[in-house]
Amino acid sequence: MNCIVIDDEEMARAIIEKMIENNPQLQLLQEFSNAMQAIKYLNQNEVDLIFLDIHMPDFTGFDFIQTIKNPPKVILVSSDKNFAFEAFEYECIVDYLVKPITEDRFLKAIQKANSTQLSPSSTVAKPVTEDNANEFYINIDRRLIKIEFATVNVVEAKGDYIHIKTEGKNYIVHSTLKKIEDKLPKDLFLKVHRSFIINTKKIIDIEDNSVLIAKDVIPISHANRPELMKRLNLL
Amino acid sequence: MEQPNNNYINQLSGDDLEFKAKMIAILKRELPEEILIYQNQMINNDLSEAAQSVHKLKHKISILGLEKNYYIAEEFEGNLKNKNTKSQSDFEAILKVMQEFIEKL
Repeated sequence: MNCIVIDDEEMARAIIEKMIENNPQLQLLQEFSNAMQAIKYLNQNEVDLIFLDIHMPDFTGFDFIQTIKNPPKVILVSSDKNFAFEAFEYECIVDYLVKPITEDRFLKAIQKANSTQLSPSSTVAKPVTEDNANEFYINIDRRLIKIEFATVNVVEAKGDYIHIKTEGKNYIVHSTLKKIEDKLPKDLFLKVHRSFIINTKKIIDIEDNSVLIAKDVIPISHANRPELMKRLNLL
Repeated sequence: MEQPNNNYINQLSGDDLEFKAKMIAILKRELPEEILIYQNQMINNDLSEAAQSVHKLKHKISILGLEKNYYIAEEFEGNLKNKNTKSQSDFEAILKVMQEFIEKL
């Protein structure tokens, strides 16, 4: 079985790597210290088995599984026994290893992985977060929430957080304006102020130094005003 | 106070001395980094982030054979999640013992 290891802790990756080396049934393709790198890899490579840490910064193992379509077999790894019940709600999770992993327990997990058959087309994991033209995902309380670009009115930076105001709901996310700016389609969104990105299709009216979007008056900085005016279909 | 040991590392390494050296090198590098992150989070009173760091440190506690101290760390992690610093001094005593142990490796 071709496998990958995802764990932010180098020691944990080294231990699993050693156990994989000792097992002729397994071939380690790659190891990752964060989930996003692994998602990119899975988009281009076929993998039979993932050793997946539950606790990673910004992304739990469960978030990861929910993010990929048709996940391959997954062996969850954690220092905590408390997630075992939740783990087996996912068909792709074939076993749950508690750190520090022993070789005997590792072998049992591999036997389980070998004897488990997943539903059809389970060997290709396709991410839904990237390369998607209509939406993006935000991580709130360890849940990934889908937001369609067209529903976003305004994004405002407030300290270490950004406020995403949509047609139906507002969200507060620990991130930066720069990060979300990179995710948003440039033909629809424009940074009009150091703290604001707006959906230009949602502008109701414009005064000298501000725009009205829904009920919010958004300031426009002097430097960003020319670009905004260029985007408008002025009579 | 429970004392750390190399039993897990030795068992996993067997005759593979290169792997054993790799494990010790990672431990010597990664443990002080994780402790520093934890300490900064406590200074900044960022208790939920500190709980995540304690969670991560539990693995190292187990690797060094500190089975009883693991439960102190687990309790402290739970306390931090509830914005409570009870057991902080007990937990930090474990970190001190671990640091002293790895310095001698």
